[in-house]
Amino acid sequence: MLLVHSRDSGCALLCKLWIALVLVFIYLPVLCGAVSSLSKSRYFIFPLKAYSWTWWERTFNSLEIHTLVCNSLLIAIVVTVISTLIAFGGALAFARYSWRGKRLYQKIILLPIFFPQPVLGLALLLWFNTLGLELSWATAAFAHLVWITPVVTLVIAIQVYGFDPTLEVAARDLGASPWQIFREITLPLLWPGIWSGMLFAFLLSWGNFPLSLYTTGVDNTIPKWLFSKMSAGYTPMVPALGTMSTIAMAAIMIVGGLLVKLHHRHQGRA
Amino acid sequence: MASYSLAKFGAGLEIRLRALFYSVGGRCALPIYLLFVIGFVAPLLLIIGFAFTESHSFSLLSSFSLGNFGEIFDPSSGIWKSFAWSLLFAFIVTIALALICYPIAVGMVRILGKKWASLVSLLFVFPLFISENVRLYGWVLFFVKNGILDGTMRLLGGEGPDLLFTPELTVFGLIYSYLPYMLFPTVLGVSLVDKDLLVAARDLGASRLQTLREIELPLAMPGIVIGMLLTFVLSAGAMSEAKILGGQSVIVLTHDIDIAFTYAQNWPLGAALAVSFTVIVALLIYAVFSRLDIDRILGGKR
Repeated sequence: MLLVHSRDSGCALLCKLWIALVLVFIYLPVLCGAVSSLSKSRYFIFPLKAYSWTWWERTFNSLEIHTLVCNSLLIAIVVTVISTLIAFGGALAFARYSWRGKRLYQKIILLPIFFPQPVLGLALLLWFNTLGLELSWATAAFAHLVWITPVVTLVIAIQVYGFDPTLEVAARDLGASPWQIFREITLPLLWPGIWSGMLFAFLLSWGNFPLSLYTTGVDNTIPKWLFSKMSAGYTPMVPALGTMSTIAMAAIMIVGGLLVKLHHRHQGRA
Repeated sequence: MASYSLAKFGAGLEIRLRALFYSVGGRCALPIYLLFVIGFVAPLLLIIGFAFTESHSFSLLSSFSLGNFGEIFDPSSGIWKSFAWSLLFAFIVTIALALICYPIAVGMVRILGKKWASLVSLLFVFPLFISENVRLYGWVLFFVKNGILDGTMRLLGGEGPDLLFTPELTVFGLIYSYLPYMLFPTVLGVSLVDKDLLVAARDLGASRLQTLREIELPLAMPGIVIGMLLTFVLSAGAMSEAKILGGQSVIVLTHDIDIAFTYAQNWPLGAALAVSFTVIVALLIYAVFSRLDIDRILGGKR
């Protein structure tokens, strides 16, 4: 696949075609959901006889769904703030400093990512039960934190690896206080990583289903509600809400990504 | 002898704890360690405790029994079947995804330009943020009778194949869901391969296959192995694919654990299943992690 000889260009073309094909495969079901949500009738028969926004309107105006959105938002925001704070320290320990026990630490904190979420969710359910905690959005947020914080740590750590620690030393030699160094050198340089970490935290929490399934109690979230409706029989509100949620997340990702880019550009000029 | 090794262990532990509290790096790691202990270690210990409690009991450590494990591996109980299905599915999915993702990773690292590569990786990341059941439900709408596939085939004068709610479609759903988990570690692995080495190998007369087998793959292996581990473990522990696409034609392991905890109200059995599974996962993770240099993979340091 290396472009050394002219016959390799055929290989490169094949490779690009394969990527395009797999991407179509990835987004095909998302598209299927979007199409079926636009059906006018209660039942899904393709090709659709009549298109309409009826089910979108109904979904948008449903009080039940407003509550779901509020719960999902609350959990996602709490998870974003707390996981980013913890992961910032975690990422510095992961990639910035060398200390005894670091190699072990780098492997240990990744373990929750390598653990199946449904099993983790059930284990946490038992744990909350034993502690006598009532299930609510707060226990769900905690469950999300266990899995999301290591992911955010990794995302920030990748930025930290590119960080030149001699800049901190230089600032200290020039007489800056530790707090000044942190605020004016470390934080601005790591900001893109922190920002991407926050985006990951928010989006992963919003879409999480296996952990929420066992830990939300009465505070239903969007993925959990969708799952219960899927098994209860078809309603076009399921694809409608799924598509709305997807569009909202895409918007957040695009705006967030643009902000990171703007920041980079700004930093390059400064 | 035992007291000597215990003392040695204690000394080692003391050094580690000291490093944790008295170095800047260690102190930075404290909050996440705390979360790890409260949110991961403690629940796992609890599950282990329940696994050794008598069947159908709800109070921890009130009794001691190995009966739950006996029930799992008792051929007549049929629980071992869900174990076998899950491991088989995970095996197929891991092999398939390694083959699917390698060319994509090579394309993203070496063939696409920087701009295109970042757009493509964004497109592959994004599905992770859509709830898995929404995406899987999209496939239901695709495969269902009178759905997208069937409807299109009918327009063309045929009829869609009846694939929904089969074990095959479960595997398909797993491949679909865990593709990003295989892809991104593989991309990391492929980017560890020094391009000059490949050029050198080709200049020295190595065939394309030789270069791939003797230079590319060994150098990219750390990333590929992480991806395979992640895919195997997560797909063996997946539930939504078998429930939504498989229509419960096959009960997978996690589903059996779920049944034990909810409908059957037999927590100790569910816990024993979870523990048996965790032991397999832990062995796999240990085998891979003990040979891994994370600074090199993530930081590109040599």
